Amino acid sequence: MLDVNAGAGFTILAREDFSDVTYSLVIRHPLMARAAQPGQFVIVMSHESGERIPLTIADFDRDKGTVTLVVQAVGKSTKEMQQLCQVGTTLYGLVGPMGVPSPLAGKKKVVCVGGGLGVAPIFPQARGFKENGAYVIGILGFRTKDLVFWEEKFRACCDELILCTDDGSAGMKGFVSDGIKHAIAGHSNIDEVVAIGPPIMMKACAEVTRPHAIKTIVSLNPIMVDGTGMCGGCRVKIGDEVKFACVDGPDFDGHKVDFNDLMMRLKRYREEEKAALDRWSEHCRMMNQAPPVLKGRGVANSPMDLPDPFEETLGG
Amino acid sequence: MREQDPLIRVKNFEEVNCGYTLEQALNESERCLLCPDPACVAGCPVNINIPKFIEAISAKDFRGAYNVITASNLLAAVCGRVCPQETQCEGVCVVGESLEPVAIGRLERWVGDYAIKEKWSNVPHIEPSGYKIGIVGSGPAGMACAADMAKAGCDVTVFEAFHQAGGVLKYGIPDFRLPNTVVDAEIENLRKLGVKFECNTLVGRLFTIEQMRNELGYDAVFIGTGAGYPSMLGIPGDSLNGVLSANELLTRCNLMRAKEFPNYDTPLPLGKRVAVIGAGNTAMDAMRVSLRLGAEKVYCIYRRSRTECPARAEEVHHAEEEGVEFHWLTAPVEILDDGKGNVRAMRCIKMELGEPDESGRRRPIPVKGSEFEFETDQVVFAIGTNANPIIGQTSHLRLNKRGYLAAGDDLATSMAGVFAGGDIVTGAATVIEAMGAGRKAARGMKDYLRIRDIETGSVGEAGIETFFGIDLRERNFARIRAA
Ligand SMILES: Cc1cc2nc3c(=O)[nH]c(=O)nc-3n(C[C@H](O)[C@H](O)[C@H](O)COP(=O)(O)OP(=O)(O)OC[C@H]3O[C@@H](n4cnc5c(N)ncnc54)[C@H](O)[C@@H]3O)c2cc1C
Ligand SMILES: Cc1cc2nc3c(=O)[nH]c(=O)nc-3n(C[C@H](O)[C@H](O)[C@H](O)COP(=O)(O)OP(=O)(O)OC[C@H]3O[C@@H](n4cnc5c(N)ncnc54)[C@H](O)[C@@H]3O)c2cc1C
Ligand code: SF4
Ligand code: FES
Repeated sequence: MLDVNAGAGFTILAREDFSDVTYSLVIRHPLMARAAQPGQFVIVMSHESGERIPLTIADFDRDKGTVTLVVQAVGKSTKEMQQLCQVGTTLYGLVGPMGVPSPLAGKKKVVCVGGGLGVAPIFPQARGFKENGAYVIGILGFRTKDLVFWEEKFRACCDELILCTDDGSAGMKGFVSDGIKHAIAGHSNIDEVVAIGPPIMMKACAEVTRPHAIKTIVSLNPIMVDGTGMCGGCRVKIGDEVKFACVDGPDFDGHKVDFNDLMMRLKRYREEEKAALDRWSEHCRMMNQAPPVLKGRGVANSPMDLPDPFEETLGG
Repeated sequence: MREQDPLIRVKNFEEVNCGYTLEQALNESERCLLCPDPACVAGCPVNINIPKFIEAISAKDFRGAYNVITASNLLAAVCGRVCPQETQCEGVCVVGESLEPVAIGRLERWVGDYAIKEKWSNVPHIEPSGYKIGIVGSGPAGMACAADMAKAGCDVTVFEAFHQAGGVLKYGIPDFRLPNTVVDAEIENLRKLGVKFECNTLVGRLFTIEQMRNELGYDAVFIGTGAGYPSMLGIPGDSLNGVLSANELLTRCNLMRAKEFPNYDTPLPLGKRVAVIGAGNTAMDAMRVSLRLGAEKVYCIYRRSRTECPARAEEVHHAEEEGVEFHWLTAPVEILDDGKGNVRAMRCIKMELGEPDESGRRRPIPVKGSEFEFETDQVVFAIGTNANPIIGQTSHLRLNKRGYLAAGDDLATSMAGVFAGGDIVTGAATVIEAMGAGRKAARGMKDYLRIRDIETGSVGEAGIETFFGIDLRERNFARIRAA
């Protein structure tokens, strides 16, 4: 087959493993580094027969010409990337930045909330608000102390940082929604809350701010294919409107989002996702490469008890 | 023409039409009356000199036939397969008044396939003009514009958001109707003309149209980003799992090769009883793909009657042969769930035809009390598309009321040096119209850049080799720039 993209490829310059499920990739793409804005995402294909998977741009360096992605290994594609994406290798496809940038200007005091796979994606927003002169309160949620990453990076751009862990092993014990309550109690003049994480967490955050009528923006993560507004697979319900998260979002008003609809639609391919993961793990076993085993996670026997990465990640 | 047997072909993705043999092509070419004032040429959106290429076939001058077609149409093998010939060239063929019209499309396809097999691509001598042209979108509109500008000596780059070039020809139209190898062969011809392809590039977001003109040094830009943005059903239950757009189904299957899951990673769980709403080409493709992926029953739900059905006649015929159950004059009312977020059934209503509407077709009116329910576990909608918003969101280009790019007669947009054509200007149309638009925009661009267009006059003159309408001996592409 003809490869019109022969020779291209996007080189991975650096990688860091934050835990056995979370890793960051620094990728060379000077044009994208120049264009990227907080709130935007990319679509990655790690190899030619791979899936197109959306990942938020967690950082970008315009001088060095790099973008950074932080990935949680939750299924076949992201686990396979964990194995294959080493420094010096290339990605088959990388397209973006996609989505409408988050508006950052004109806010005096904001709260930036990141939980689970949302911690890294909230970083560019926090930094962007700071650069625009806002007072930034960061709230980060992790399950336990060992999983904490980028704390220093956030401290550098937040005026206050509230760290939450499920077990209280670092920062305060509780969910990020508890962190928000804490922030609201301490500040009466919050202009906006931005929350990124599993849908269940974003829903909880929106419920905390609703009674206080604080504007709350959430970044939605429906299943995507093209990311260019062509397939409608990423459609979400916002109030009584249907929007495409890839071109109309991914940021939406958290008080209007139909989270139940989103969570239901995320389960669409569960059986196939499990089949793909099982097959791949089996393949790794045959090749004598143990697939990375996740701590504290049993092997699911039926599609229905496949651990849901979103439910499992902290928050909510 | 030989076709794969319906019972066998619904189990594979091989081409349904096997194409003419040499002998069949020669026989069919004899049927043409070589009219002096041919109606078919006027019926073709790009006015291919049809009698001339058919005459060349019967004289066994296949190269000559190819040169005649490519003088007007860059994608012979593609258009021969996907044009709605029955409403274009073949629809007005005089033979058709008493007999079957001359099978112009099949002959065109035969020539196109022959050219691919023979690897014909006589690249003309191109004198560099020094201009740099950016093309956004690699569908038929973008490809046609790219070819013409490359032949005019410009340095042409095509930017495509997907990881592969070809637009709808790649991600939409399935292999059994238009094999990807045919599309790739046509793309390869463009590369031989010097056209560069940059995939994985979302224009508007990675860089804007304004930046292309002002910072990246493109002297002119063509936008052919297609329609996309599928219209929603807007009925209760339309966000259930198992309800998806035909675009999503086809992209997963064709471009992402979900039909080969799990060897390819993209999944496409398919229902056993699939209801497809709509009856255009996209709907037909979705139905026939569903059958090939193993659906036991595929229904077509269309609110008008068969006469108004916009798909190519051949596709409807093939879908029928393959076992699609057509429900004309039927509209969906509600999609019912199984309590777990999946589709269980659909409720529809019968329609009848009333007075003609704005489109000139008789308006369907619901018949009171005719609602009925039937079992289905997947609903695919193919009820049209809206304008893709990305270029509009990221540039100051003027849009029309429906959100498509506004362009004048020469396809110039509201920004100097920026042209647009194809589905992003007209709304969903056809391959040949998109191609025609790409070529028209190229003419506008050449005018704008003051590149002398010597195209006319060199077409297929006796003994002169032409390629895409360019005399192979013609070296006169030096540009004349207005002072
Ligand atoms: C705008 C956006 C930004 C995202 N940013 C990040 C990020 O920065 N870091 C990160 O780790 N993850 C992010 N995700 C989620 C990430 O895309 C999925 O985790 C990934 O696609 C899972 O693929 P998999 O094959 O490894 O897992 P699978 O086994 O395929 O699926 C595991 C889970 O991921 C969800 N999922 C599967 N395919 C997709 C898809 N194509 N799009 C979205 N979700 C999917 C499923 O609902 C399932 O719950 C983002 C998603 C979106 C839409
Ligand atoms: C399933 C299906 C079946 C069809 N069957 C037929 C048929 O049988 N006969 C027929 O004549 N017509 C048919 N059509 C219609 C025909 O395919 C279209 O009218 C034609 O392809 C339009 O061409 P285009 O060049 O305008 O756009 P497209 O073919 O849509 O190409 C546009 C390209 O631009 C890319 N793009 C979009 N936005 C950007 C961006 N911001 N940056 C970079 N790239 C971008 C897209 O990814 C795409 O590849 C069919 C359409 C579909 C969907
Ligand atoms: S391009 Fe289409 S309309 Fe024109 S001659 Fe060929 S098949 Fe007929
Ligand atoms: S991902 Fe296809 S429309 Fe958004």
